[in-house]
Parts: sequence; structure tokens; C-alpha cells
Amino acid sequence: MLTRTETKNKYGRKLVIAVTGLNAIDSPGPGVSVIRAIRECPDFECRIIGLSYESLEPGLYMHDLVDKTYQIPYPMGGTDSLMSRLNYIHEIENLDIIIPNFDAELFNFIKLRDKLKLMGISTFLPDLDQFEARDKIKLFNFGKEHDFFVPEDKIIYDMRDLRKIEENFDYPIVVKGKFYDAIIAHSMEQAEKAFQKIQAKWGLPIIVQEFIKGTEINIAALGDGKGTAISIIPMRKLYITDKGKAWAGVTLDDDALIDLARKFIHVTKWRGGCELEVMLTTDGKPYIMEVNPRFPAWIYLTAAAGQNQPASLVKMALGEEVEPFTEYEVGKIFIRYAWDLITDIREFQKISGTGEL
Amino acid sequence: MRVRKNIATSEEGFLFNPTTGDSFSTNSIGAEIILLLKKDKSTQEVVDIICDKYDVDKSLFERDMDEFSLQLKEFSILE
Repeated sequence: MLTRTETKNKYGRKLVIAVTGLNAIDSPGPGVSVIRAIRECPDFECRIIGLSYESLEPGLYMHDLVDKTYQIPYPMGGTDSLMSRLNYIHEIENLDIIIPNFDAELFNFIKLRDKLKLMGISTFLPDLDQFEARDKIKLFNFGKEHDFFVPEDKIIYDMRDLRKIEENFDYPIVVKGKFYDAIIAHSMEQAEKAFQKIQAKWGLPIIVQEFIKGTEINIAALGDGKGTAISIIPMRKLYITDKGKAWAGVTLDDDALIDLARKFIHVTKWRGGCELEVMLTTDGKPYIMEVNPRFPAWIYLTAAAGQNQPASLVKMALGEEVEPFTEYEVGKIFIRYAWDLITDIREFQKISGTGEL
Repeated sequence: MRVRKNIATSEEGFLFNPTTGDSFSTNSIGAEIILLLKKDKSTQEVVDIICDKYDVDKSLFERDMDEFSLQLKEFSILE
């Protein structure tokens, strides 16, 4: 007699979820945290496919978290080469969802969103105009338009223009790359060095921003694409690396910060995860310093505090209506640590040689 | 003077402000004072209770209490 094997999730199968951002250096990618949160969700079972760029991303070798990894082409390769690689991976793995986690790759994935949907692969990403509106280059205008506190900035394409900024800015100033990196400069000499360093790494333009003094707060938020915030978790950085990344942080209970994120999700109708980087001044003004269009590396804290944002994104990507969370645990702390993962040269050789592990 | 409603305190003298993320630790007398303030005791009542309980000069303790209250205010523990 045959008996039906019960699957413990409503989708009736193991979901196949591809995740990028598996690096875990001192400025870590969010992928490992996203996977950890997804794996903890009791509502579905999943097979995790890692999508990597380099052979030494630690997530590749975390076989208890990542079932199989495929290398994908760098974002500068464009959408055609990415699509071709995803086609290959999809033929083998039959992907349900892709969750990209790097700023630099999002443009390509957003462009491919409709094609992926036709292939049966869901994403839950912002539209291109939402994605571009919060771009560092446009943040000041975005803030003014929607009445957010944002620092004054100037977009610079030429080193000669950098010398003119002294007319409008007092030192210190913040010199930022278009995707990553920010250096505080106290003089023109330091600003020029920072300009050259960031230009060499991330290209032009360079953003020069007014320095705002205060407490660094990050907010992880998840929008449903219709203007509703499904989850908002504010976190204060307790330990900050020399790259400005949170190495430890604690969840906060501050209605003003939650209202700020709710308003951001509402006015942008943001679809997917995002992180607001906020500087709270001593007189209580929350300046939005940056909006990252994807989950932050500390996203597992949202799950630990009771609002599993990555798992909720998976459900919404599959068309499920998710009710906004109303509560979370305040005073939940994350402390990041480095761990020497040991693997064998054969594994390294396999991913390096075949692009799969 | 009242301790803000959302301030988490422990009997060991650990304080956590969930709005700012700041945490502090105080000694056992500080912890006792905060617990009394949490019970809505006035500064004068706190002074009386502590001076009744311990062998301490009242005017000296009043000065210490003023200083402690100022610190608590500065760190947004008191309303």
C-alpha cells in the first residue's frame, strides 16, 4: 500500500533558492546571513544554490548552509552573459527564486526580472526607477522631494571640480564611491587622496558629502511593493570596523526611526529588502546617509529579533500575502566573529576549474 | 523625576535604554536608587530611605544624589 509522503511546507516541494553575496570579509556580503535566516523558517524546506564571483568566498564552502554553488560572471559582463549562465544553472537546478545581494549586480538582475519570471524564476526586487531614485548620486534631491533629512552633497566627475568644493563645504567632508567606500577627509590633500583611491576602485563619479556627526543607526526594512512596510528593524552599531561596518549591534525601540523607514517604504513603494543608513544627531534629527537597495550583512538579526525578513521576502516572491510584523525583540544583540573554515585544495580546485562546487 | 518607562533595569545595576541602545552599569547603591525612582519615589523620599537604611551624612548624600540625578538626566534615563 502506498502512503503519501508529507512535505512540511505548503508549496509541496523543496524550494530552490539561489543567493549571491557569499563573501564574508571584514566588509561582508549579506548572502550567508540571508541563507541562515531562510533556513530557520519553519514554513518551507529549501535547497540553497550559491551564486559566487570568486573562488574564495567562504559561503561556497559552508556545505551545511549552501547545497551547491555556481560561479556567475561579474556585473560588468552585462545581462547577456549573466542570462546565459542563469539559463545553464536553471536547467540543472530548476530555480524557484533568486535573491541578489550586491548593489553592483542589482541593475542586471532588475533588467532580467521579467525574463526570469517567464522562465519560472521569481525575484522580489525594486523597479529600476525605485532603484535609481535612492541612488547615492540622487539622494540629496530624493530627500528634499520627500522631506527627509539628508546631507548636502556634490557629485564630482573630475578632480579639478573637487578643488571647488571648499566654496560650499567646511571640513571634514566625506568622500564616497558610487557603490562602496567612504573616507572622511579633513583637508584638501586628504580629499584628493581619497578621491584617487576610490576612483581607482569604483570609478566615477565620486560623491562629496557634508559630514554629519551623531550616532550611527541602520534600519533593515522590507517593502511589499505597494507602499506597505512588512518589517522594520532599527539597529544601533555597537562596534564599528575601520570600514565603518557594524561588527556588533543592538535592536532599538524608537518610533521615530520606525516612522522614518515606514515613510521611505511608503513614498517609494519599495519592493524587497533595503537598509537605511541613518546618522542620528544630538538634537534628534535622523539624517539618511545612504539607502542600500538590498538586505544588509546583519540581516540575520531581524530573524533573531522575531521578524524574519529574508523568509518573508521568499514568501512574497512566490506571490504570498504577508501580514506586516508588529512586534520584535528590543535589546537583541549580534556580535560578528571571524572563523577559520578549513577545506581541501580539491574543493578550491573544483570551483576554480569548473565554476561549480 | 521619573525613570523613563522603557528603560530596562536589573537588580545588579545594569541599565539599557532601548531607544538609544546605550547601556550603563552602576554600583549597588546606584541600583537601589534607580529601583526606588522606578517605584515613583521622589528624590526627597529616596534620600530619606537611603539615609534611614545606611549610616550616611544626609547633606553629603543629598549632594551625591543631585549629581547622580544630573548624570541620569544627561544619559536620558530620567524624564
